[in-house]
Order: sequence, then C-alpha cells, then structure tokens
Amino acid sequence: MDNSIINQHISRQFNKEMEDIRNKVLTMGGLVEQQVDLATNAFMSYDMESAEKVIQQDQLINALEKDIDHECTEIMAKRQPAAFDLRMLIATIKIITDLERIGDEAARIAKMTMRIEAADYYQDKYYEIEHLLEMVKEMLNGALDAYARTDTEEVIAITAQDHKVDREYTSITRQLITQMMEDPRNITRALDMLWTARALERIGDHSCNVCEHVIYMVQGKDVRHLTHEELEKTVNEGR
Amino acid sequence: MTTEARKTHAIDINALNRADKSGRDKFDTCISVQDLNLFYGSKQALHKVSMEMPRKKVTAYIGPSGCGKSTLLRCINRMNDLVDGVTIQGKLLLDGEDIYDKNINVAALRRRVGMVFQKPNPFPKSIYENVAYGLRIQGINDRRVLDEIVEKSLRGAALWDEAKDRLNDNALGMSGGQQQRLVIARAIAIEPEVILLDEPASALDPISTLKIEELIDELKEKYTIVIVTHNMQQAARVSDYTAFMYMGELIEFGETSELFTNPSKKQTEDYITGRYG
Repeated sequence: MDNSIINQHISRQFNKEMEDIRNKVLTMGGLVEQQVDLATNAFMSYDMESAEKVIQQDQLINALEKDIDHECTEIMAKRQPAAFDLRMLIATIKIITDLERIGDEAARIAKMTMRIEAADYYQDKYYEIEHLLEMVKEMLNGALDAYARTDTEEVIAITAQDHKVDREYTSITRQLITQMMEDPRNITRALDMLWTARALERIGDHSCNVCEHVIYMVQGKDVRHLTHEELEKTVNEGR
Repeated sequence: MTTEARKTHAIDINALNRADKSGRDKFDTCISVQDLNLFYGSKQALHKVSMEMPRKKVTAYIGPSGCGKSTLLRCINRMNDLVDGVTIQGKLLLDGEDIYDKNINVAALRRRVGMVFQKPNPFPKSIYENVAYGLRIQGINDRRVLDEIVEKSLRGAALWDEAKDRLNDNALGMSGGQQQRLVIARAIAIEPEVILLDEPASALDPISTLKIEELIDELKEKYTIVIVTHNMQQAARVSDYTAFMYMGELIEFGETSELFTNPSKKQTEDYITGRYG
C-alpha cells in the first residue's frame, strides 16, 4: 500500500496525525462494509441476532464520524494545510458523511428485518436483490480501496457501475409491481423488498460520491454533478 | 415558509445564473519580467526568470531562504544597482517600458515604485514630517497641500485615527506595527504605481500583522502590490497571484487559490505542504 504522500512531511507529528485519520477512515469503511453484509444477510435469512447487532453497531459508526470530523478540524486549525493535505482533509470530511449514511441504510434494512413477522417470512425468496447486492458491495469496496491507495485508477469502473445499479433497481421495481398486481398477498413481501432494494441503490450512490471525493483528493478536480462521460474525460486528462 | 431571519435574503435566480457563467477578470499586465538573469559577481542568483504581474492585484513571492525572491523584488525598483558586482541580463518592463534602459531616470523610477522593508525604518522626525518628507524633496512646501496629503496618506495606511492627535511626536515612539504603517503612509504619499513589500509583517505581532494584511487588501484598489513573505499562510491570505521560487528559478506562477489547493509542480506541493523536497 503506497501511503508515502502522507508520510513525507518534515513534521513527523503531522505525518502521524494524517496517518491516524486515514486509518480511522479505513476502519470506519471496513465496519460499514461489514454492516451492509450483516444487514442484508439478516434480511435474506431472517437472522434476528445479526439484525440486532447491526442496529447496535451503528452507534460505533456514528461515533467514528464525529471523532474523525473533530480530528480534521483540529489539524486545519493547527497546521493550515495546503494542496494535497488540504484536499485530503476536505475529502475525508465528506467521505465519512457518505459512509455514515451507508451505515444508516444498513441499519434501515436491519430494522425492517426485525419488523417482519415470522409468519410472513418467505424462506429463500428474496433472491431478486442478490445481484444488486453484489454490484453495490463491489462499488463500496472499490471506493474504499481507491481512498486507501490514493489513486483514481479504478474509480471510473466504479462510477460506471452506478448506471447498472440504477437499471437493476428499476427492473426490480417493475418485477415487484407485477407480483403485487398478480396477487395482493404478495404486497407485504414486495414492499419489504422494495425498501431494501432502495437502500442498496442509495448505498451505490454514496459509494459513487466517495469516488468523486477521492478524485478531488488525488487530482484536485471537482467532478460532482457531471455525466459519466464528462467525469471519465476529466479524470483521464489528469493522468 | 421563509422565516423572519431569512426574509431579507431574497433569492435572485438571474444573479445566480450570471455568477455561474461569469469568467475571470481580465489579466492586465503591469510588470513584465522577461528572461531575467542576475549575478552577484560570478554567482548566479536568478536564472531566466519570466513572469507577468497584473495591475492592481497582489502578487506574492514565496520560497525558501536564498531562493532569490528578495533579489527579484529588488530588481523592480533597481535596488540591486546599489550592490557591488551585480550584473543583470534580460528585461523588466513597467507599463511596457524597460526599466533597465539607459535613458531611465532611477530616482523617477523609485517614485513610481515604492518599497517597504522588513524592519520599519521611519526617519527620526515627527510623524508628520515622515509622511511629508518625499513631498518636500519634490519641492512641495505649501502647508495646506502637505496637510491634505499627510492626512490622506495616513488614512490610506489605516493610521490616521491613531496618529492624528500626535502628528508632531517623534515617529520612533510608535509601536512596531504603527511604524510599519507609517512607512507605508510615507510610500503612498508620493502616489507610486507599485508598492514592493519585503517581508512587511515578519517583525510584527499577530494583531499588527493582521492590520498590515487588511491594509494590503485596501491598497490594491489603487496600487499594484508585490510582496515577499516567508509566511505561506500570509501569501495565501493576501495575494491574488503567487510565484514559487527555488534556487533562483521561478518554479510555478499562478492564481493563489489554485496554487495553494492544487499546485501543478511537485516542488511547489512539497514546499507549501512542508514535505522533504
């Protein structure tokens, strides 16, 4: 893992502070990934214990968000960072907001799982979201990798995936509407599915945001609110 | 619904649209440095420096000690002429006119290009006479004219309120920050075009430093300002353009906002973020 850019300050204390922030963000990211895994597993296999764990652990993510925010503010006040250092802190503050939201989406899925009555649970029938889940997890993982490696090599592939996620979400919605029309007894299950799919789609969006912040951090370019083609062009110009 | 506190902030969509599209200010060159080489004896202190400094903006020079930033600053009003063994090659144009041309009157040039140094250097005279000095040399002795210009200059240097009741006191009795603003008042009394500031705040306390920075911001309405500073945050705060110099070479020159957030050269990045070069 190349983190030399963080470790070249004349002040070793500064290196340590930046390194510390980076490690905390990666810890937070790892925890968020775990939460998404745990929550979707709980939903698909009706595992109340996991669902409860997700809800509890959400507090840890919230606490990390506040902690990292505080450290970034402190470094800005103390060291007046510039260039990469400044961009890394700004990007970090934004990234942890997105990570915290992803944590909230996982908690949302867990809470919903706990509301499902045992009698209403359809074993092995939540297959529709499996593919969507895989895509979204890949995006989140890739976004965190890009942050860890401070490079933008992979980000275009990740942001491109967002369109596929959106398409998948639309197709799931259509499928569920059909099921609801066929038999009103499907409505409860279909709505649970719909909320979960919606949460996953949002996680994809937040992962994309993380990628955009990483691009800002590494290349100093603001690529928010661009079409994917524009984003790709902007990122490649900087290589 | 808009609450009481927000009512006055009417949203002007057209203004927002305009702000989105409006481009940057036009770059109006005041000082143009072209392939400037400077030697102290056989030692070369500036290597082929070229840059354009815009009118009525603040340009800051930053870089480690000995990088040539003060040397370059001193070229702008030919202060280096006073150093033995200096050779200068290349051109330095002020409003399109080469100041190293044979026909240039150096005294007239220095009236157009004022300079303020690191340590305040008021004359051991009254506050009033310090400001009036340049005018008296020019033969202006009419009391009313002098009164007017002294007041205007002291106001321009944000010193009038503190000095108006003690104009006849010796300037050396003022605080360091006040002395520095007095020196600036002395410089602007003769209405120069350009003001050169060589580390104007490095010997001052934080409050006086802020006052000088505030003053620089006001002065750029009327003057082109070039400042040398060791304090990078100061450069970031006060300047519109920044030049980063290293070992006598100009490494990077650009808009301050860009240079401090996203410099294009690695050497600049290493320097402003405090990394090993």
